[in-house]
Amino acid sequence: MSRIHTAFEKGKAFIPFITCGDPDLATTAAIVRAAVANGADLVELGIPFSDPTAEGPVIQEANMRALAGGTTTDKIFELVKDLRRDVTVPLVFMTYANVVFSYGAERFLGKCEEVGIDGIILPDVPYEEKDEFGPTCEAHGIDFISLVAPTSEDRISMIAKDAKGFLYIVSSLGVTGVRREITTDLGAIASIVRANTDIPYAIGFGVSTPEQARRIARDACGVIVGSAIMKIVAKHGAESAPFVGQYVREMKDAVLAAR
Amino acid sequence: MKAGRFGVHGGQYIPETLMNAVIELEKAYNHFKEDEAFNRELTSLFNDYAGRPSLLYFAKATTEKLGGAKIYLKREDLNHTGAHKINNVLGQALLAQKMGKTRLIAETGAGQHGVATATAAALMGMECVVFMGEEDTKRQALNVYRMRLLGAEVVPVKTGTATLKDAVSEAMREWTNRIVDTHYCLGSVMGPHPFPTIVRDFQAVISKELRAQMLEKEGRLPDAVIACVGGGSNAIGSFYHFINDESVALIGCEAGGRDVNSFETAATINTGRLGIFHGMKSYFCQDEFGQIAPVYSISAGLDYPGIGPEHAYLHDIGRAKYVPITDDEAVDAFEFLSRTEGIIPAIESAHAVAYAMKIAPKMGRDQIVAITISGRGDKDCAAIARYRGEHIDE
Repeated sequence: MSRIHTAFEKGKAFIPFITCGDPDLATTAAIVRAAVANGADLVELGIPFSDPTAEGPVIQEANMRALAGGTTTDKIFELVKDLRRDVTVPLVFMTYANVVFSYGAERFLGKCEEVGIDGIILPDVPYEEKDEFGPTCEAHGIDFISLVAPTSEDRISMIAKDAKGFLYIVSSLGVTGVRREITTDLGAIASIVRANTDIPYAIGFGVSTPEQARRIARDACGVIVGSAIMKIVAKHGAESAPFVGQYVREMKDAVLAAR
Repeated sequence: MKAGRFGVHGGQYIPETLMNAVIELEKAYNHFKEDEAFNRELTSLFNDYAGRPSLLYFAKATTEKLGGAKIYLKREDLNHTGAHKINNVLGQALLAQKMGKTRLIAETGAGQHGVATATAAALMGMECVVFMGEEDTKRQALNVYRMRLLGAEVVPVKTGTATLKDAVSEAMREWTNRIVDTHYCLGSVMGPHPFPTIVRDFQAVISKELRAQMLEKEGRLPDAVIACVGGGSNAIGSFYHFINDESVALIGCEAGGRDVNSFETAATINTGRLGIFHGMKSYFCQDEFGQIAPVYSISAGLDYPGIGPEHAYLHDIGRAKYVPITDDEAVDAFEFLSRTEGIIPAIESAHAVAYAMKIAPKMGRDQIVAITISGRGDKDCAAIARYRGEHIDE
């Protein structure tokens, strides 16, 4: 078993997503450490991909900046190795199928195990295709994290039953990005999830303000935020770490205040 | 073979948000493809609206000039809207209508698929939004105007290389955003299952007609069928009814761009490797870390870093062969066919003509080559003039 469950043992979890290498990997390392110091319970590390089809403009641009700066999968493994000298919270990769497939699933997931990655999220690998990577993940003790969406309906129980690590509930239709309101009946999805699995579930996509986080956290074991953080990084570049740290603190407090 | 797989290729590598949509599409398609009324309606759209069957034309002057095999042209350029794209679009639009969808979205490269989708939407009273790489909106300005004239909204895509692959990504993003009333009318034999199968089936009318027409004119099958390949819809449509006829060589012509040994190419089979992208496992042009390559071709319609999964499979089993054709060769063929036969082919189709020009002279006079002219070249005239250093105002 990976250490992912530990992220949900201190009350509701706050999970930041950070695109690795935007604007450079040294900044990413500083941002991750600032996020953890300010209450991040688990960190999603995005490996940039040239064509991130599930992302909105903010994370697309973060991906482009990271790749333009020369970020590669190998350099990100080095980053994780460095983070693991002091960072003990669970770390999860989020990327696209081709990044893993092209590296070689066995080689990629072997490296994940070696450097201390706990799970992997591939938004373009649904339930029907999870055998592509699932068994190799299991062999290396990496949780292959599944997603459910507002359109999943009759598929939720099937996905939840097989879920590993934590279940990622996509809050809204569309791609990642800041939204003014979230209208999906998340409570209804969460209750189907609870009926089918004991693993924790976190909600992401579209969450940006402490108020949203507080409301969303009522229906979830954790809240995931990506675009709002990468917006801070886009604005402050190499000086982002303290700003992200402060934002994570506000969001973590909001999530803890949920009831 | 598992449904939706062609050997190892194909599959459904898409966000969970879209899974129920493709499952619903597959169910609807499996129902309607056997439905007599649906097929009658589609045949009537093909024949009475799109101008099918398309001609199979014996290109006498070309044959004499090349001095070898007899050259036949399958004239998909004569279809309504000027390309083979209308075959697939009429099928999908009718299917979408039966599914209760009121809005079509599509990607387009050269603009031919966008124009065809806008056309079907106008005909059937549906809303239409077309995503087109900003670079391509410049290369194919006339087609942008045609789409708007037909009532479609054209969204220029500025991300990535601002070409076809980015238009596909953006159309996929838009589909995850609005599914209930929207059908994604994918333009080629690519993307997640069931698209490669649906698009192939609607395009297979090309080889169905070609086979019957050839038997009628020559009393035998051709020795080779040649078509250009981007995603590969006109090629799979041209090959499909010949796949079991081992005597017929099936040849797909990829966009070699400036050269297959340069970075400025879009020849997927010749320069790519196995990967997972845009919903499918297939061959893709990519770097060592799986980042999709910024491909290049003079032809906006072939300027795509992947290839449909069934082509990848036909390549694996050796049933079809895929050859690269450079920009220079394609432009020469564009001019050759125009002057020799009085037919201006699309620059995409000119890639197929270029390969026929290479092999026909080496073949016997009793042999037969069929080339699919997938579209007409009017849209390319300004770009080819520029390529030759001449500036014309459209």
